[in-house]
Amino acid sequence: MAIEILPEPSIPVTTPFRPGLGFLTATPIIATASICLALVILSAILAPWLAPHDPLLLAPAQRLKPASALFLLGTDGYGRDVLSRILYGGRISLLIGLGAAIFSVGVGLVIGLVSGFFKWVDAVVMRIMDGLMAIPSILLAIAVVSLSGASLMTVLVAITIPEIPRVARLVRSVVLSAREEPYVEAAISVGSSLPKIMWRHLMPNTIAPLIVQGTYVCASAILTEAILSFLGAGISPETPTWGNIMAEGRAYFQIKPSLIFWPGLLLSIAILSVNLIGDAARDALDPRMKQREGGK
Amino acid sequence: MNSSGVALDISDLVVRLGKSPQGERVIDAVSLHVRERETLCLVGESGSGKSVTALTVMGLLQKGSLVPSGGSVKLVGEQLLGASDRRLRQLRATTMAMIFQEPMTALNPVVPVGRQIDEVLRAHTGLDARTRRKRILAMMEQVRLPEVERIFASYPHRLSGGQRQRIMIAMALVLEPKLLIADEPTTALDVTTQKQILTLIRDLQRDHGTAVLFITHDMGVVAEIADRVAVMRQGRLVESGALDNILRAPSMEYTRNLLSAVPSLVPRTARADSAEAIVLETSELGKVYRERSFFGGLREVAAAQDVTITLRKGRTLGIVGESGSGKSTVARCIVRLIDPSSGGIRLAGREISELPRRLLQPHRKRIQIIFQDPYRSLNPRITVGETIAEGPVNFGIPKQAALAKARELLELVDLPTDAISRYPHQFSGGQRQRIAIARALALDPDVLVADEAVSALDVSVQAQVLELLDEIQTRLGIALLFITHDLRVAAQICDDVAVMQRGRIVEQGPAAQVLTNPQQAYTRQLLEAAPGREWDFANFRPVARTIAAMP
Repeated sequence: MAIEILPEPSIPVTTPFRPGLGFLTATPIIATASICLALVILSAILAPWLAPHDPLLLAPAQRLKPASALFLLGTDGYGRDVLSRILYGGRISLLIGLGAAIFSVGVGLVIGLVSGFFKWVDAVVMRIMDGLMAIPSILLAIAVVSLSGASLMTVLVAITIPEIPRVARLVRSVVLSAREEPYVEAAISVGSSLPKIMWRHLMPNTIAPLIVQGTYVCASAILTEAILSFLGAGISPETPTWGNIMAEGRAYFQIKPSLIFWPGLLLSIAILSVNLIGDAARDALDPRMKQREGGK
Repeated sequence: MNSSGVALDISDLVVRLGKSPQGERVIDAVSLHVRERETLCLVGESGSGKSVTALTVMGLLQKGSLVPSGGSVKLVGEQLLGASDRRLRQLRATTMAMIFQEPMTALNPVVPVGRQIDEVLRAHTGLDARTRRKRILAMMEQVRLPEVERIFASYPHRLSGGQRQRIMIAMALVLEPKLLIADEPTTALDVTTQKQILTLIRDLQRDHGTAVLFITHDMGVVAEIADRVAVMRQGRLVESGALDNILRAPSMEYTRNLLSAVPSLVPRTARADSAEAIVLETSELGKVYRERSFFGGLREVAAAQDVTITLRKGRTLGIVGESGSGKSTVARCIVRLIDPSSGGIRLAGREISELPRRLLQPHRKRIQIIFQDPYRSLNPRITVGETIAEGPVNFGIPKQAALAKARELLELVDLPTDAISRYPHQFSGGQRQRIAIARALALDPDVLVADEAVSALDVSVQAQVLELLDEIQTRLGIALLFITHDLRVAAQICDDVAVMQRGRIVEQGPAAQVLTNPQQAYTRQLLEAAPGREWDFANFRPVARTIAAMP
């Protein structure tokens, strides 16, 4: 059956699957969001150097002062510098957001991988996840915090738990479709062990959707922490967090609304930026979204 | 050229990628015409531009990405390039119609098929409901659907693939268009169904005087249906002419190569009987799928039953059959990707059908599999070298040694050794299938299972991969279990053939015997349905009478 070899069309060399960070400046709106988030993060990291005063220092003589050269955003009901408190408060909020994203993605990834691969685990674990999803997340968080006492760690755990089922379901659905791919069957037939198949062939498929889900978890964790603090069920009230500052400011709302306005503004900017960046990441990582745009 | 009776006249058509005049020419100066009552077969390998040509005629090119920038397309004398969308909509269905490869995706799954045909009539005629229904039922009878009243009200998923394609044809022809474009209409169908559809298109064309532009990659189908043939390659017309001229005396090198690559239905000269050791045998292998219905009822579907085969070292056994015959189920049971429900599998003397996963592991290296779709069988995120080395590494060979072996194997399958650090998407389909073969060989298996391993490839690439498998077998003495629906491929590579139907082997024996003197009615039926069986394409002549006239 000797025949002359017909040249096959050459295929241009490109490397996909490494979308890079270019999407952070994809449109002016996303670029603005990226800059805002970068500023919020920087100000939180550099709080000890940027803050003009000690955020915990009580100064009864300086109660509820308006904005001045000494106190740029004025002082609160105990005479503490509001600007310093907001800067320090950002540290807690962002830490909670990042921590919740990492923990929920990590735990959800393991649960999702395992239950996507083993039918008998799936039956049990997914029913537990369904049960968790049925409980309102704020209620669950309040219960956890009041049972075990308010500290940064318990608040973080309380916020993370309700997010895990969402991540686990996402990973499971990706695994369920990816495990039918012939390259996974090929890996089985060359004798790869189950952990190796999961790690090498299945897990990489989940990275893109997890990055997107992670940003949403981050945004909602920041908000949940603020709500918990505002309700007084969060981290102890003297610790500066955006929620705590607003909770205390509520008492003086009639006299000094700026006590709620400034932390509220930063909270909104942070959450909006994270969500916008999450959308941008989804567009960049999901080729189908791109195609639809190109079809216009 | 006498213009009377010409249904479609394409001259110097140019289609570019994108709107700019520098865009790459996807279709480059193509001229062809189809007369009334004539079938023109447009033949070419993937990427040759045959479908783009058809879509240009229909005015269905994706706007803005593929743009006709020169030449003319005339339908019964009317210029189509530059015609308004409104006019094109009128012409589609009334003067030209198209049927597609996959009737399931071309039909709307949530609307009964009768109403889908009715939509065409409602949009283009002023007939009342009763007349429309009568006309549709008459059309459905013409495409030889049974129980037309029942099928009229059925949803697409209730119909078989062949019935769906008949519905598509009924829909296309209900307004008696002058031109029918058929884009690979039988490629997704089994051979026996394919034969019926081809006959149907022929008959309808005779009765209605329709001009047919038939797009296909299959030379067998061409031989069955074409009056004239046009060969395309990379957007250009290579040559065109009457069927007999093209098949007997192609004037261009490319056409000759294309025809030479078509495997012959006449089995290759048999190799001497082998007395080598048996490496694989199954005894009464069976796989039953149990489906539990919503109300707790249990339904059993036997995908494979009593499959007994024997394979010796250095030999090739083909399992042939139509879709749903259970041939892939058998292959997957043997490789233990699924667990058989009954029967035994002996691999190099060891029973493996009931070994649990952990104990099976050492035996995995003895049997390897190559899959049909080379685009999905390689992990896109892992380099070719890592993919090939994965097996040896699993069995304790150090990474460096495994990669060195991968390099040797790439040479064995005729790929450059620098492929080792590249990713699968940088290779064409044929090259990827070579990589998959290299991966399977990396464990030095005794048995190689090829599950439709060449079915997704163009015919010239297919010939090269078959040649490679043959060469590897001669060199390494490996045993091949070759699963295919294509009797031509089976005839060229198999020593023995087992024919499967509905989960059972209906006939088994040496290829020369089964494929030239079949004993079972089903095997005969399969052989008779093989398109173009009167032609020996590679030698540019009809098959000698004796074989063509076999019982």
